[in-house]
Amino acid sequence: MTLQQIKELLQAEVIFGDHYLDREITFAGGSDLMSDVLAFGQPGILLLTGLTNLQSVRTADIIEAKAIIYVRGKKPDAQTIKFAREKNIPILSTPLTMYEACGILYQAGLPGVGSLRPTTTSNE
Amino acid sequence: MNRHDEFIQTFTILGRDFSRAGSVSTEIKEILQEIGVPSSIIRRVAIASYEAEMNVVMYAQKGELTLTLNPETIKIEVEDEGQGIEDIELAMQEGYSTATEEMREMGFGAGMGLPNIKKNAHIFIITSSPGVGTYLKMIFYLDEERAA
Ligand SMILES: Nc1ncnc2c1ncn2[C@@H]1O[C@H](COP(=O)(O)OP(=O)(O)O)[C@@H](O)[C@H]1O
Ligand SMILES: [Mg+2]
Repeated sequence: MTLQQIKELLQAEVIFGDHYLDREITFAGGSDLMSDVLAFGQPGILLLTGLTNLQSVRTADIIEAKAIIYVRGKKPDAQTIKFAREKNIPILSTPLTMYEACGILYQAGLPGVGSLRPTTTSNE
Repeated sequence: MNRHDEFIQTFTILGRDFSRAGSVSTEIKEILQEIGVPSSIIRRVAIASYEAEMNVVMYAQKGELTLTLNPETIKIEVEDEGQGIEDIELAMQEGYSTATEEMREMGFGAGMGLPNIKKNAHIFIITSSPGVGTYLKMIFYLDEERAA
């Protein structure tokens, strides 16, 4: 599904990256622990997190995330938004909690990183 | 480039400087992208150096990261002046952490850093002197086939 569809499903606000909403998203993962994200993240992931500091965008850049969704209405500071712009990583904010946001996306057919294991196949 | 086609660059990491934490790893990633290193290797190097950099920021006064490139390998060495690690075997265990609440709020301190480094580096060596500092050496082979 596209980032635009995800934005609508999560009633999210685009903080940066209006011009990236046509990005195709094929899987997602959520955590507030950046070490966890570094351990399970795969290139192309949609990252859901409640951590809004600069480290969230650095981590997203390092694992090559396609976009970040901040949950519970959280918004990053200006320095973090600037860094996301430099790295071309769109960032959105949803009023939903982590549990609700992940549940909605999963139900809508967006799988987790487990879908990347060679033994399973996923149809978008 | 100096002898044997080696490229060496050293970066300074300041302890407690959370606003710049991770900037060295971002820079290393950019250097490796510029010289055309395969993205799967860049990921490994960036993840490992980011965790190592965060450890210096969290647990040391200051440190130096040295990147050494040659046609076959990428070497990252991180040497810090700080509290050091009393029991390395314990520190290497997944979930073991002495991070404070403040550090956990930064998204780190899950006790996954050193295990993440070990998983991503093809060769990983860590030594430490309590009260003096810690030294990490990570080697990544550019040819992943050979590394396996
Ligand atoms: N450079 C360092 N200097 C001193 N202690 C360190 C250093 N790196 C790691 N440690 C110790 O090892 C523990 C585990 O490190 P790590 O696996 O990176 O997890 P975390 O940083 O999440 O606690 C740390 O909590 C800390 O006590
Ligand atoms: Mg750590």
